[in-house]
Amino acid sequence: MLTIKNLHAEVEGKKILKGINLEINKGETHAIMGPNGSGKSSLASVLAGRDNYTVTEGEVWFNGKNLLELSPEDRAREGVFLAFQYPVEIPGVSNLNFLKTALNEIRTYKGLPPLEAKEFLKLTKEKQQLVDFHSNLMNRSLNEGFSGGEKKRNEIFQLAMLDPQLAILDETDSGLDIDALRIVSNGVNKLRDAEKSFVVITHYQRLLEYIIPDFVHVLYNGRIIKTGTKELALELEERGYDWLKEELHLKESV
Amino acid sequence: MTSDMTLPLYQTLTADETALSAQVSLAGDNLQDIRRTALERFKAIGLPTLKTEEWRFTNIQRYLKEFSYEFLHSAVQVSADTVAPATIAGLDCYRIVLVNGHLETALSELPAGKGITIGALSAHTTAPGFTTWFNEQPHLASAVLAQLNTALFADGLYIELAANTVLEKPVHIVHVYTSNTPAFVQPRHLWVLNRCAAATIIETTVHPNSQAVTFANSVLETVVMENAELWHYNVQQGAENFREVHTTAAQQYKDSRYHHYNFTLPNTPFTRNNLSVALKGSHTETNLKGIYLANKHQHVDNHTFMDHIMPDCYSNELYKGVLLDSSNAVFTGKILVHQEAQKTNAFQQNNNLLLGDKADINSQPQLEIYADDVKCSHGFTAGQFSEESMFYLRSRGIGEDAAKALMVNAFSHDITNDVSIPELQQHLQDQIAGIMNN
Ligand SMILES: Nc1ncnc2c1ncn2[C@@H]1O[C@H](COP(=O)(O)OP(=O)(O)O)[C@@H](O)[C@H]1O
Ligand SMILES: [Mg+2]
Repeated sequence: MLTIKNLHAEVEGKKILKGINLEINKGETHAIMGPNGSGKSSLASVLAGRDNYTVTEGEVWFNGKNLLELSPEDRAREGVFLAFQYPVEIPGVSNLNFLKTALNEIRTYKGLPPLEAKEFLKLTKEKQQLVDFHSNLMNRSLNEGFSGGEKKRNEIFQLAMLDPQLAILDETDSGLDIDALRIVSNGVNKLRDAEKSFVVITHYQRLLEYIIPDFVHVLYNGRIIKTGTKELALELEERGYDWLKEELHLKESV
Repeated sequence: MTSDMTLPLYQTLTADETALSAQVSLAGDNLQDIRRTALERFKAIGLPTLKTEEWRFTNIQRYLKEFSYEFLHSAVQVSADTVAPATIAGLDCYRIVLVNGHLETALSELPAGKGITIGALSAHTTAPGFTTWFNEQPHLASAVLAQLNTALFADGLYIELAANTVLEKPVHIVHVYTSNTPAFVQPRHLWVLNRCAAATIIETTVHPNSQAVTFANSVLETVVMENAELWHYNVQQGAENFREVHTTAAQQYKDSRYHHYNFTLPNTPFTRNNLSVALKGSHTETNLKGIYLANKHQHVDNHTFMDHIMPDCYSNELYKGVLLDSSNAVFTGKILVHQEAQKTNAFQQNNNLLLGDKADINSQPQLEIYADDVKCSHGFTAGQFSEESMFYLRSRGIGEDAAKALMVNAFSHDITNDVSIPELQQHLQDQIAGIMNN
């Protein structure tokens, strides 16, 4: 579904991604871990099409399409979704209106008619329950004055509404208490199926007890330096990242 | 003499001594003295230039010269079809149609009932409300275009609500501006709300687009007496074939509330709004809210003046601009707090989104405060869309234009959301979205 080949990217002249290779198939869940500042959010941003990043080398293919050539909106319409680490607040844009617009723009792209008001409401109700998203938040401005947990739930609620093929969750667990974490993870797990893929970015192993990944990658200094299964996450939790960094330096000095 | 009357407007205004006086005699009403005094004032002050303090950023002469305008005093007939586009969906209201300022009774439904006087201004020049209030708003004397209007206006709408009279439905005034040849029209209105009266009045405009350019120099005086309340919405629909100087001069008395909302929409190349409020009583509330959404080479100048004469009054002014293409806006917010006006609360804010490459805003707060126990503030911003917000919306599949429309809607939200009539609120939001999605 998604193929990343030797991806290099920079922001404001600073090299951030230095040759990422990653293959994600249908139905898989990949976790990306790594210390702060290693480039996890940058990778997510490049995939979603944030334009302050410049791709200097490499390719990204999504279902046979050259992802890097698409506008951010077309990437979303093709089925890529990014749950932001820090969702923005947009005063004056109501959550409901925003979602309706997004959903209908995606439907138009796919050649579908806009959803009837009734169907839209039904869908909204159903998906709200998935992440226990309060309906009184629906009529409020997008994320305005939401608590950290409400913002993260809103991201997952949007994910459920827009039903993408590939969802990238950037530190959706940071700042969540254990109850919220359970709710959010349960929501994500209910959305998992054989057709959908997830990239779960986190630096806490805790999340991966709830959303169990097929693969765990360690991103460090703009590169994936190790790939393993969920046991790797446990090992990282116990031993930290230093042993990996040492392994890396040994390899590089050979 | 007759040849003078067909002189192009600009020449008449600047050069010819007798032609203007001849125009005044044409009016032939009981207001000759008032008209002649006004004409003398107009001549003494003269047409504004860029050196005139109040007109430093707006070159009106350029627009007066642009076409060979002539005074148009007589009424023009229009059909119901012409007025149809003005309909505000779902709004239950009294609709009143004015064509170049002349009441078109055949197309109007005038509210009737005890305490309501409403009709052509020309038919009410001896009414007590008229003789008491006409041309009495203190700021008009120094406003040169208003003096020109006083000297030569043709007609307009007179509304007087007796004490305790409440209009149950909004009045929707549809101004049609139309002429076969370039015309200079001067509507003149006077609305008086006596003690404890209340009304909601919506003004919108229609400009049949096959017609020649009209230049309107209109003046509206409103008087809001003790404990009365006026909600006033002015929607300047905008058209290529229209130019406008629009003067609204209000007076408020004790405990009264005046809410003025002004919406300037695209396409009219030149709009100058003079809005002034004189607070003649204490404990009043004034809200002045405005949105200007301009495109192409549009020039929109909002010139506002809050005159705090009496103590314990509250005024809040918020103007927001969205400037597309090469449009150009001027905002002047004058707040004068007299020495007697202790415990004044006066707030002012002007925010702008500069979206066009060549869009420009010139914003001038002018605070003159002579009382010591007051709360006053003013603020100004000009900026673009937040990139973060745009990216967020686009990352959800929302295209760039639709995202901009949502953002503009959000930007204007704190004003549109305050509109007290849901149908009008929807109408305005639709208009704004329609313009942005175009
Ligand atoms: N807009 C930016 N300008 C300059 N440097 C940036 C910008 N965004 C991110 N960076 C830098 O890129 C590196 C990777 O950041 P990020 O992708 O946020 O890491 P992570 O998500 O793994 O914590 C950091 O060194 C950060 O300072
Ligand atoms: Mg990050």
